[in-house]
Amino acid sequence: MPFGRVVIVFLLMVFGQSFSAQALEIDVTQGRVKPLPIALPNFIGGGGGAAQKYSHDITGIIGNDLQSSGLFQPLPQNSYVEKITNFSRQPRFSDWRIIQAQALVTGRVVMQPNGRIRAEFRLWDIYGQKQITGLQFVATKRNWRRIGHLIADAIYKSLTGEDGYFDTRVVYIAESGPKNKRVKKLTIMDQDGFNVRALTDGRSLVLTPRFSPTSQEITYMSYAGGKPRVYLFNLQTGQREVVGVFPNMSFSPRFGPRGRKVVMSLQQGGNSNIYSLDLQTRGVRQLTNTQAINTAPSYSPDGKNIVFESDREGQQQIYVMSSNGTGARRISFGKGRYSTPVWSPRGDLIAFTKQSRGGFSIGVMRPDGSGERILTSGYHNEGPTWAPNGRVLMFFRESRGARGGPKLYSVDITGYNERKIKTRGFASDPAWSPLLK
Amino acid sequence: MLRKLANLKVAAVCLGLVALTGCTGKKPEVANPNAQAKPGTERDFTLNVGDRIHFIVDQSTLTPQATDTLRKQAAWLRQYPNVTIQVEGHADERGTREYNISLSARRATTARQFLVSQGVNPSRLSTIAYGKERPIALCDAENCWNQNRRAVTVITGGAIPG
Repeated sequence: MPFGRVVIVFLLMVFGQSFSAQALEIDVTQGRVKPLPIALPNFIGGGGGAAQKYSHDITGIIGNDLQSSGLFQPLPQNSYVEKITNFSRQPRFSDWRIIQAQALVTGRVVMQPNGRIRAEFRLWDIYGQKQITGLQFVATKRNWRRIGHLIADAIYKSLTGEDGYFDTRVVYIAESGPKNKRVKKLTIMDQDGFNVRALTDGRSLVLTPRFSPTSQEITYMSYAGGKPRVYLFNLQTGQREVVGVFPNMSFSPRFGPRGRKVVMSLQQGGNSNIYSLDLQTRGVRQLTNTQAINTAPSYSPDGKNIVFESDREGQQQIYVMSSNGTGARRISFGKGRYSTPVWSPRGDLIAFTKQSRGGFSIGVMRPDGSGERILTSGYHNEGPTWAPNGRVLMFFRESRGARGGPKLYSVDITGYNERKIKTRGFASDPAWSPLLK
Repeated sequence: MLRKLANLKVAAVCLGLVALTGCTGKKPEVANPNAQAKPGTERDFTLNVGDRIHFIVDQSTLTPQATDTLRKQAAWLRQYPNVTIQVEGHADERGTREYNISLSARRATTARQFLVSQGVNPSRLSTIAYGKERPIALCDAENCWNQNRRAVTVITGGAIPG
C-alpha cells in the first residue's frame, strides 16, 4: 500500500502580532516537565456531514498525540468559555486565560469537491495574545489520520523547538499462540497503534525488523525455507528479497543512515562477525574479525562509526568502531552485561539493554560511554528503538511464566512518561520509522 | 450434562499429557533401555541413544553428560551411514535476542564438531540456530531454562521407516 502524500501550506499570520519578550516554549531539556495546559476545541466542520465527523476525530488524534508525549495537558472541552465558531477570527484570549490555557489550537475541516479533506489550524499563544503558527493540510480520505498526526507534530515543533514524531509508523513482531509454538508475524502500525497491518503470514519465523531511515523499506530476519537469513521488505510494492546469499546464517540487520547499506552479522561456525553490504553494488565488507559473538551493529547518524555488542572479552559488552571496522574500543564499563546498542538519530546517545542482578533494563549512555542512565528496569526489558527526534524510546517488556509474553512500551529519554502501546496480542522487536514524507 | 462430559474428557487428556511429559513439555532425554523401538529408526535414536544435550548458562562447552550422549549419537550415526541430521541450537529466554541466536549457533556448532571428531562425515550434518524462539519447558525458573539451553540432533533423512 503506497503512502499518499499530504500537501502542506503555511497559513499567513493575518493577525497583528504583539511581540512579547518571552516566547511560549516548553523546555524539554529538563527531567520532569510540567505538561503545558493546551486548549483544543473540536475543529469546525465546514460543509456538515463527513466534515463534521472528520473534524471531531482529527481533533481527538491531535489531543491523544500531544497528551502521549507527556509534554502537554489537553484541557477538558467542557471547561471552555468561548465557543469557536469562526476559524478566521481571533479568539478572545481572556476567555482562555480563565481556564489557565497557555496555548489554544483552533481548526477547520472542509471536504473538497474532489473528495479530498482539507484541514487547517492555528496555534495561539494565550498570554502573548498572538498566533504562533498556522498550517493547512490536504489529504485523501484514506490518509485522514495522518492529518491529525501532522498537526500534532507542527504544534509539538512550535512549542518545543524540536521535530515531532507523531506522523510515524512502527514495525514490530506480532506474536500469537502458546510460548512453545509462537507464531510471529512482521506487522506495521501507526505510532499510536492504529492501522495495524500484518506483512507476513506467520508461516516462517521472523525477527528483528528495522526501518530504513530514508525509505519505506524494512530489513529483518526470516527463517523461510529453513534458512535463517536477512531480507528486505519494500512497503510500497510488498516485494521482499534476500540480502545476499552467504554460506551460513545472516542476522541482526540494520540500515545505514542513508539507507544505502545494511550492516549485519554473519555466522561462521561458533563465531559471528559484522559485515556491511552496499545495496546498490551488493559489495560486502567484513568489519570485525574476532573469535567471538559480534552482533547488533548500529551506525552513528553521520555514518562514521558503528556501535555493536561483542563477547570478545568474555561477556556481552558494547563497543564503538569506525565504520570501516578499525579502532574498536569498549564503551560499557558498568556492572552487568550490555547489549542491543542503538545510536540515537541525533547522535548524542546510545540506547541499550543491560542485564544485571537478574533483571533486564533499558538505558542510555553517551557515545564515549559516559553518563549512563537507566530509564526502566524489571524482569525483562529489551530491544530499544528511537523515535526519529531522539527524545522517546520504544522497547518490549516480557511478562513472566508459561503464559507470559512481550508487550511494547515507550519511555521518554528522561525516564519519565512510560506508556504501554496498545496491541491486540503480544508484540516484540519494535522499530520506529522516520517521519513520513 | 453433555457439556460437563466434554469438560471431563478434556481434563482426562490433559492429565495424560502431564503423566507423559511432566507438564513442562519435557521430552525424554536419557536413553531408556526398556523402550521398544526398531533399530535404525528415528524412535530408536530418540529413545535408545538420546537426541539432545544441555548446556550451563551462557556456555557452549560440553558437559561430561553431553559428551557421553554425543558419543552414543556418533556411534549410532556410524552404524546407519545413510542418516542425515540437523543439529538445532537453542538458548534460554534470559538473554537478548541477537546474542541468543549467536549463542545457540555456537552450541549447535560445538555439538556438530564433536560428532565430526567422532567420525561422522561432515556432509551429513547441518546446523540451525533458534536462539530463544523455541523453548520446550515453559516456566520462569531455572528448572525450565536448563531444559531449554540445548542442542537437539534431528534426523532429516535416511532413517529406517517405523
